[in-house]
Amino acid sequence: MALLECKNISLAYEGKTIVSELNFKVEKGDYLCIVGENGSGKTTLMKTLVGLKTPSDGKIIFGDGLSQKNIGYLPQQSGFQKDFPATVREIVMSGFLGKCGLRPYYTKEEKKKASENMEKLSVTDLAGACYRELSGGQQQRVLLARALCAAGDMLLLDEPVAGLDPKVSVEMYSLIEKLNKEEKITVIMISHDIYSAIKYSSHILHIGHTPLFFGKTEDYTASDVGRVFVDFSKKEEDTNE
Amino acid sequence: MSEFLSKIPIYLEMDFVRYSLVAGVLIALCSALLGVTLVLKRYSMIGDGLSHVAFGAMTVAAVCGLTNEMIIVLPVTVISAVLLLRLGKTSKVKADSAIAMISVAALALGYLLTNIFSSSANISGDVCGALFGSVKIISLSKLDVWLCTVLSVIVIGVFVIFYNKIFAVTFDEDFSSATGVRVKLYNTFIAVISAVVIVLAMNLVGALLVSALIVFPAVSAMRIFKSFRSVTLCAAVISVVCVLVGLFITIAAGTPAGATVVAVNIAIYAVFSFVGLVRK
Repeated sequence: MALLECKNISLAYEGKTIVSELNFKVEKGDYLCIVGENGSGKTTLMKTLVGLKTPSDGKIIFGDGLSQKNIGYLPQQSGFQKDFPATVREIVMSGFLGKCGLRPYYTKEEKKKASENMEKLSVTDLAGACYRELSGGQQQRVLLARALCAAGDMLLLDEPVAGLDPKVSVEMYSLIEKLNKEEKITVIMISHDIYSAIKYSSHILHIGHTPLFFGKTEDYTASDVGRVFVDFSKKEEDTNE
Repeated sequence: MSEFLSKIPIYLEMDFVRYSLVAGVLIALCSALLGVTLVLKRYSMIGDGLSHVAFGAMTVAAVCGLTNEMIIVLPVTVISAVLLLRLGKTSKVKADSAIAMISVAALALGYLLTNIFSSSANISGDVCGALFGSVKIISLSKLDVWLCTVLSVIVIGVFVIFYNKIFAVTFDEDFSSATGVRVKLYNTFIAVISAVVIVLAMNLVGALLVSALIVFPAVSAMRIFKSFRSVTLCAAVISVVCVLVGLFITIAAGTPAGATVVAVNIAIYAVFSFVGLVRK
């Protein structure tokens, strides 16, 4: 059974339907990139997957013991988090809160697991540091460690490299690849960067008003939609240079 | 000064001084704890708006001739708090304009009602007291102090038990909600607590100066400290110290209690800002 399956999903934003008849499956260990133009509903789709929004039509089915609560989510950063007085450890630990229920404080096990996750993302040295004084890349790694605490099985990342410089972006991508390959964590990522999407992912979901493509990455680059989108991005990049 | 210090034990014998000190410390603690969250959630102005609503409700209570105003003031403020927090998300009127509208509307209607219906000979004195706190040392009845104590203990207890959740909801609502924390419930919680704290603090410093008690300790603490825990603890300490110092100055110099406490808060903010700058 698939870890996550979307059946005939329709999504609405402020009352208008932006995506309809969306069907796709995510199996354990997949690395799915969601691509598409601005406003095509990528973030809305992700918010629906984590339960912040309900689809206007259709069904999301979780399998293999995965529940919505066990998904690690990395939202786009909002501006005011950037001056929030909090230490890295405080933020990483807050990933466990969904599992706490009414229990007010964290358990020893959770503290240990938080330390392990910080180790994986090499932010252990920063544990006592203030979040607002970290670089953009460090902040993203901290939020990724928090997402890992919330979930061992699946990560949903909303533009994890937005605002990072090219070198740090590459580091971030290889870190995510490592989590996917070595820790067998299923990854669903929204990306603006079509080249990295093709390079790292195993599957691509390209959405517009209707789903334009869903399937394996190598099939995407050979498809009409994929070729046009990649060529277009390339031209845009050339004119930018 | 030393003459005043030697008199402190004599003052402490007096009931009304003890009452104000106990109530003052508790209110200071509550408002500082809550202030950190409100400031970080960008809700400082909601606190300000609520205090004006509370003033409006108080005038209505006075016009109705109620001896204990809390019966009206507390529920009205709590309901407004919940509505205001909801409003920010859904309404067509932008949250900041909505708050501004509600604040001035409550203020204007409150003053209007007092003028039309009040039987008191000293209307401007009454209004001034409600807005800026008592002119001299605050006069609280034993019942007021008990009410204050019970409500404060509840607020502090809730804050301690839900500390981690309040942190998560303040730092990142979307993430918390995605991992299954009941964000709406905790936001409503925060709204209700804000209303209770504001109504309590109004006894101490008056409606217009309430936001100072909420905002100043948190902002001062953030100048120096870098973790949520240390900021919260430091804000609590600053707030209690400011209230104690302020009240003793009030007793010694006969200054208005609310304004004095706020002035001490401003001074502490200046000191913390300076230290924060130097440490950078």
